[in-house]
Amino acid sequence: MMLVKGVFLNVVMLISLSAFAQEQMLFSSELNKTRYQSLVEELRCPKCQNQNLADSNSGIAVDLRELIHQLIEQGKTDQEIVDYMVARYGTFVLYRPQHSSATFLLWYGPFILLGIGILAFVAVLMSNRQRRGRAL
Amino acid sequence: MRKFLLFIPFVFFLVLGAVLYLQLGKDTQYMPSALIGKTLPEFTLVSLQDDQVYSKDDLPVGPYLINFWGTWCPACHVEHPFLMELASSGVPIIGVDYKDQQPPAKQWLEQKGNPYQVVLMDEIGNFGVDMGVTGAPETFVVDSSGVVVYRHQGVVNAVNWPNIKEYMK
Repeated sequence: MMLVKGVFLNVVMLISLSAFAQEQMLFSSELNKTRYQSLVEELRCPKCQNQNLADSNSGIAVDLRELIHQLIEQGKTDQEIVDYMVARYGTFVLYRPQHSSATFLLWYGPFILLGIGILAFVAVLMSNRQRRGRAL
Repeated sequence: MRKFLLFIPFVFFLVLGAVLYLQLGKDTQYMPSALIGKTLPEFTLVSLQDDQVYSKDDLPVGPYLINFWGTWCPACHVEHPFLMELASSGVPIIGVDYKDQQPPAKQWLEQKGNPYQVVLMDEIGNFGVDMGVTGAPETFVVDSSGVVVYRHQGVVNAVNWPNIKEYMK
């Protein structure tokens, strides 16, 4: 029972914490509100580094949320807003890195390693089969 | 040949170890500025002391420092005496009073001294965002061709000044 209570309290605290970081904002449409939510979740807070803009209570995150709200209401596209942020804070603010030569290994490295693994696996299988063939 | 293959994991381990070792001791809070190698963004700001409107063209010819500060910022209190020292040794510093109000800022400069050639008011913090500032204090080095060449986050002091000074050209 105590455990259930503890878990319940934790959940309530987590919910209230994440609600705490968000100001009340008025949007002209539901679409704008959804776009705002997805942008602040995808952009990294430049001050606190391991939080996105939606989670952070730092001064700069509050300012940047307000700025994104304004830019959306001014009719800027998502791409324009992301470019605006990258121009000022660098690609660092992107939680979803761009595809470029610098991030090539980041995006495709795991697949390359998987490919090497499969090749090695097949090579071992083949040599085992050959050896067994000889033994028979 | 097969014996050589057995050493591949060991070589892999050595390379990975070397890469990780080189990353040790690096400042994890360090964030490269997107402004390095670019000229200052356009701005229109009012000066703190005489309410004059300033734009990019009104700034002096470099090299000079741009220092973001605010009376609300504890680290700026720590930094202030060293800025006074720099100013008295002839380093030009442009101040940006970041997300602050005029009366306490004026009082600060009267009480503690003014190391700045001019202080610009950025009450809302829009110029700060254009400069990619994440807090105060932050200091930028602008070189003689008007290009931002360095950004320092945190307090400028006797320890890190020699490094920053290298960029003042």
